Amino acid sequence: MIDLQGYGPRLLEGALVTVELAVLSLILAVVLGLLTASAKLSRNRLIHGIGTLYTTLVRGVPDLVLMMLLFYGGQIGINMLTDQLYYAFDIDIFINVDAFVAGVITIGLIFGAYMGETFRGAFQSVEEGQMEAARAYGMSPLLAFRRVRFPLMMRHALPGIGNNWMVLLKTTALVSIIGLTDMVRVAAEATKATHEPFLFMLPVAGIYLLIASLSEWGFAKLSKRYSTGFGEASEWTN
Amino acid sequence: MNKWITSALLAGALVSGQFLGQAMAQDDKDTVRLGIDVPYEPFVMRDADGKLEGFEIDLGNELCARANLECSWVEQSWDGIIPGLLARKYDAILSSMAITPERERQVMFSLPYYNTPSVWITARDRDIDIDDKASLKGLSVGVQRGTIRDVYVTQEYGDVLDIHRYGSSQEVVNDLKSGRLDLTFEDFPIANDAIDFRQEDSPYKQLGDSIKTPTSIFGKGAAMAFRQRDKALAAKFDKAICEVYADGTFDKLMGEYFDYDLSVRPSEADCAQ
Amino acid sequence: MDQLNAWFTQLLAGNAIFTANTLGFYWNGLVTTVQLVFLCLLLGIVLAVPLAIGRGSKRWWIKWPIYAYTYVFRGTPLLIQLYLVYYGVVFFNGIQDTIFWEVFKDAFYPALMAFTLNTAAYTTEIFRGAIKNTAKGEIEAARAYGMSKGLMMRRIILPSAFRRALPAYGNEVIFMLHASAVASVVTIMDLTGAAYYVYARFYAPFPAFIFVALIYLCLTFSIMFVFRRLEKRLLAHLRPRGA
Repeated sequence: MIDLQGYGPRLLEGALVTVELAVLSLILAVVLGLLTASAKLSRNRLIHGIGTLYTTLVRGVPDLVLMMLLFYGGQIGINMLTDQLYYAFDIDIFINVDAFVAGVITIGLIFGAYMGETFRGAFQSVEEGQMEAARAYGMSPLLAFRRVRFPLMMRHALPGIGNNWMVLLKTTALVSIIGLTDMVRVAAEATKATHEPFLFMLPVAGIYLLIASLSEWGFAKLSKRYSTGFGEASEWTN
Repeated sequence: MNKWITSALLAGALVSGQFLGQAMAQDDKDTVRLGIDVPYEPFVMRDADGKLEGFEIDLGNELCARANLECSWVEQSWDGIIPGLLARKYDAILSSMAITPERERQVMFSLPYYNTPSVWITARDRDIDIDDKASLKGLSVGVQRGTIRDVYVTQEYGDVLDIHRYGSSQEVVNDLKSGRLDLTFEDFPIANDAIDFRQEDSPYKQLGDSIKTPTSIFGKGAAMAFRQRDKALAAKFDKAICEVYADGTFDKLMGEYFDYDLSVRPSEADCAQ
Repeated sequence: MDQLNAWFTQLLAGNAIFTANTLGFYWNGLVTTVQLVFLCLLLGIVLAVPLAIGRGSKRWWIKWPIYAYTYVFRGTPLLIQLYLVYYGVVFFNGIQDTIFWEVFKDAFYPALMAFTLNTAAYTTEIFRGAIKNTAKGEIEAARAYGMSKGLMMRRIILPSAFRRALPAYGNEVIFMLHASAVASVVTIMDLTGAAYYVYARFYAPFPAFIFVALIYLCLTFSIMFVFRRLEKRLLAHLRPRGA
């Protein structure tokens, strides 16, 4: 194994943390994004307003500031609640938000807003005729969503999801500032101890590039799949 | 559809089970988590395998043994160390934290267990008069963010010096060595360990006297910090601190790491309680 | 309820946090952030225009290095680029004795350099996309007028490409404003650095970070407003008639 002055194994562990963090946050972001998109497409004023407020706030403030707020403030906020429980009802529970979970929630929350915009645009591009056809076939609303609206929407959403994923991946580097031991933090620690910035930072940059290139390839494949039946059009847009 | 409901229920059960487990661990008062900022040599550092070692690690483990507590260490950067305690990420701070009035509003301190002065450091070939404020204009100084030294420099020299605030003591030393900083204001042991300024052949030297006052900024020494409501826990550690001083264990440990005296012997009145 | 009450009074008493002193920190932070972002965007454009033109060149030895540059800088986190420049310059032994040191000694310039390289990479790709999408007719018309390649680039392609790049570039400006928050990790007291300092000094995450978040929100909205206005003026010809 590559030793890197003894930091090699820790660097690899850090890389694993980066990947896990990115994938789990992506899943959370997609779920939140779908919810936000439906909220913003909702006819209910209140729900629509909440969705808009969420996307505007998150997209107007730097990721790092949001992260610090949720990281340092999140646990204290939760403890205020549990303290209320303790004083009012003598229930002593303690909910520990560990750094990794807090990281996933924070990044998920940030990118949920971006995903929301992506999905909203994509849902709007699905032709109503398709859904009418589905209903005419007697599909239940749920089945129609799963079989017709969702796959059609995905074709439009995929490029946006791909972009968001690339940005999200790089955003994970910020958790190193807050204290999660991802690969950037290991590299920064090693740099400070050994004064060899290039030895540690360049491999980390390489790993990011590798992940980015692999995902680009993966998204190209996925996009081909969801474009089935749109053969010529998709060739044009590529 | 049933499958989904079952798995949702299962997940819910798992999560609540975890909370229960944590709630129980809370009741089990024999385990205590100690928060510490790493590295702060020679008080705490990490060896190549990632294991913690240093004076405060040894001292902390000794105190825990005497208080009959099972202790574990939690790493926390200095900026977030008090919020982390209040947020119950650990039960006490044992990380060279000086007792100051500002902090006493947030946390409860044990008896102090050591006290060291702070020192101005610069390159040996530089000619700087730290007391002549006008001559300092435009010089850069490095301090660790949120420490008593940050407060002192900001208050006393904020209008003349260009203050660079760092997340860790190690970064301050690195930028002094790289030449980015003209001055640093350091805790005596840190400066001694990292740049060996007391040696004649060291490229760095101390400027002026070592600084311990005003007490409103520098406090009575470094102590453990607890949440206000954990009085019983603090009392246990106070007792242990008195014990390690009384039977000479503190001096023995101190001798292993330092060739100077940083003890603050607690008074009999303090220990009688 | 008492508890809630106490919390509120504490919050108000916590007004000790926002003294003239700390507000001064925030103000200086705002100035630093604006300077840093404005300068890096300006330098970024200066770099990006020739790079975007070169990126569309038919010669591989011009095209490929530029592509490699944008690929690497867009594919890696800005934080790493910042670390590399800030710690990397010290790596060159003896730099302390050269005139460059006067520049790199301060944290501001290494950060400015990293930010400039980063935004130039994104801006290059934005401009390249816009140049590539120039309407064929415009080029043909320019040729018909007998314009040289250089003149055509200057008079026809670039002006129309800049207009088309405007919405995407507006996003890049906001992105850069938000990305500049990482400057605080190399001791720069920008807005985030100021908030971090207030937080570390008073152990109060909510006031410190919510206040700075509001400032960033205002900045973001101002940038959006400016770009909306610009788009309205410069892209008027693209709006549907009667709109």
